[in-house]
Amino acid sequence: MAVEQTTRPPIRWHIAVFLAPAVLIYTAIMILPLFSTLQLSLFSDVGNRQVFVGFDNFRTLFGDPRWAEQFWNALKNNVWFFIVHMLVQNPIGILLAAILSSPLLRMRAVYRTAIFIPTILSFVIAGFAWKLILSPLWGVAPNLLDLVGLKSLFQPWLGKEAYALTTLALISVWQFVGIPMMLIYAALLSIPDELLEAAECDGITGMAQFWKIKLPLILPAIGIISILTFVGNFNAFDLIYSTQGALAGPDFSTDILGTLMYRTFFGFQLQLGDPNLGAAIATAMFVIILIGVSIYLFGIQRRLRRYQF
Amino acid sequence: MTFKFTKLALLSATILGTASAAMAQDTTLTIESWRNDDLTIWQEKLIPAFEAANPGIKVTFAPSAPTEYNAVLNSKLEAGSAGDLITCRPFDASLSLFQKGQLAAIQDLENMKNFGDVAKAAWSTDDGSATFCVPMASVIHGFIYNAEIFEELGITPPKTNDEFFAMLDKIKEEGTYIPMAMGAKDQWEAATMGYTNIGPNHWKGEEGRLALIKGEEKLTDEQWVEPFRQLAKWAPYLGDGYEAQAYPDSQNLFTLGRAAIFPAGSWEISIFNDQADFKMGAFAPPVQNAVDECYISDHTDIGIGMNANGKNQEAARTFLNWVGSAEFATLYANSLPGFFSLSNETVEMEDPLAKEFVSWRASCKSTIRPAHQILSRGTPNLWNEMWNVSANVLRGTQTPEEGAETLQSGLASWYEPQQ
Repeated sequence: MAVEQTTRPPIRWHIAVFLAPAVLIYTAIMILPLFSTLQLSLFSDVGNRQVFVGFDNFRTLFGDPRWAEQFWNALKNNVWFFIVHMLVQNPIGILLAAILSSPLLRMRAVYRTAIFIPTILSFVIAGFAWKLILSPLWGVAPNLLDLVGLKSLFQPWLGKEAYALTTLALISVWQFVGIPMMLIYAALLSIPDELLEAAECDGITGMAQFWKIKLPLILPAIGIISILTFVGNFNAFDLIYSTQGALAGPDFSTDILGTLMYRTFFGFQLQLGDPNLGAAIATAMFVIILIGVSIYLFGIQRRLRRYQF
Repeated sequence: MTFKFTKLALLSATILGTASAAMAQDTTLTIESWRNDDLTIWQEKLIPAFEAANPGIKVTFAPSAPTEYNAVLNSKLEAGSAGDLITCRPFDASLSLFQKGQLAAIQDLENMKNFGDVAKAAWSTDDGSATFCVPMASVIHGFIYNAEIFEELGITPPKTNDEFFAMLDKIKEEGTYIPMAMGAKDQWEAATMGYTNIGPNHWKGEEGRLALIKGEEKLTDEQWVEPFRQLAKWAPYLGDGYEAQAYPDSQNLFTLGRAAIFPAGSWEISIFNDQADFKMGAFAPPVQNAVDECYISDHTDIGIGMNANGKNQEAARTFLNWVGSAEFATLYANSLPGFFSLSNETVEMEDPLAKEFVSWRASCKSTIRPAHQILSRGTPNLWNEMWNVSANVLRGTQTPEEGAETLQSGLASWYEPQQ
């Protein structure tokens, strides 16, 4: 009896105690709101009372031609927003990081800071500044183009359906290019010098060294950046809202899931808010992001080769 | 012991002292509003006048941004943190608040007798049995012009459409000034100051508006498409890059004297009086033939009601009753020229531009914006669609006919009388 008692492992209370604060806070501010959003999307307002309606809100969202059109339009725009970031922001971020990590570069800290500063600006400031820069009336963009004789290229970009979304995506790239730059820069710095010296002994220098040695080593960092970009872009809202308004003009060409959700949830002008349908859109956003992240985690991250130094 | 007792006495005196001070403290009413432009007028003129007449009640004016107001207000009301007094948007936005029990019925206030049925319609239930906001003001649409430019170019304000476009041509040919300041970026400019500004002359004001509600007319009918055709013709007379020109840009173009005409709502008067240092005039939306009857958009725009769950109901009622008085009407109309009182009491105004606007009430028939009553109850929302379509027509990406078709099919998709 006594022997048995001594062999039973004691309950390790300290684990629970140490985990408690994080679990409680995370549950209160992340998990509960998430589930209450999911729950909200299954209800509907009938005569000022919340009534359970199953998947009716989703049926409206995907079945009603008007809602479906808006939703797919927003999703399409969102995908384009993401593609522009992947094609422009991340390559430029990697390029800047590669240049910054070059031992030949002087005044490195100055460049690093200057490129990173826009990231800490508020969306509202970035949006407003660019709205002014690109303004056909008072902006510097038309004048600058005029100086180099390219005035004919100027367009009221934010007011044209064909350009507005791309313009906004590039503004967002300008603002956030500092983040991939910093992450890649840190990854590049963590490559041990011995490895590079060994490469040099083998005759791999310059560009070849970047492609063959450094790039494979920073691939995991690039993967993380891609997924951060994905999540960030599909949750985006502020920039579009602050520059184009809740109707995401011209003619909904800049409408992304975030603005569609806002308009539906809170209403706009004479359109009254519909929290239930808004929650349905939020749920759809959550599912899209979940699928994207899962594809990355299970399809890509597991195949990335990691190197131990 | 004595020492201890003294201390206790002092302590209790302190507590009681603070308590009685708190009791003597004034009731504070907070006004929720989207009129952040009016902050100083409330703080310097309206609130002091009320506080002087009603000692014991303090009022705070707490506005939020116009485009965010509805969303902010709804969230605050849901959360129970909204102020005691609520500035009311006209029609359904406020009606739904009343139906949810968030706005209180106030038709029994003494000074409600000062308002006619038309004025109260925007803030009453469909059957008119309950009213939940005191009507404060309406805004009238028209065109404000730079009188100095007109004088310089020898132009007189137009009466008919032909004269209107002849005038625009003349300003454009002369080349110094942008004929008209309006942009398509914010969308609502095109709908509010474009479509619903010139439209009433075509759809004959209330007649057309009510026929639309009854389902007797369609938005694809000639009288509803023609204003879009007129609007489409404006494009060449707007500034370069008007597609990306926002509302503040338009205001600045006009007040800096670079544009001759501003398609306006009368709310601009007080802003322009502050910012423009030239003489201004105004003309009503042009008619087709000089002999035609004219119609103006005289839109019931702003009212004020009380939070049904507010803490200071009595004080709030006192305030609302004061808003219904002739004193408030005169004070408000003169502090904010361009917001015209809906009161039956005669209100003397001093501002010449505001007088010009209000004089049209005598010669033309008044109507409100067509999308606001009943027709914006469903999805898609007619008024939001009008913003988008008007901007599209102005930018030339939709023809007037296509635009009207979009509006009509959207409305017919949920509004039975139109099906």
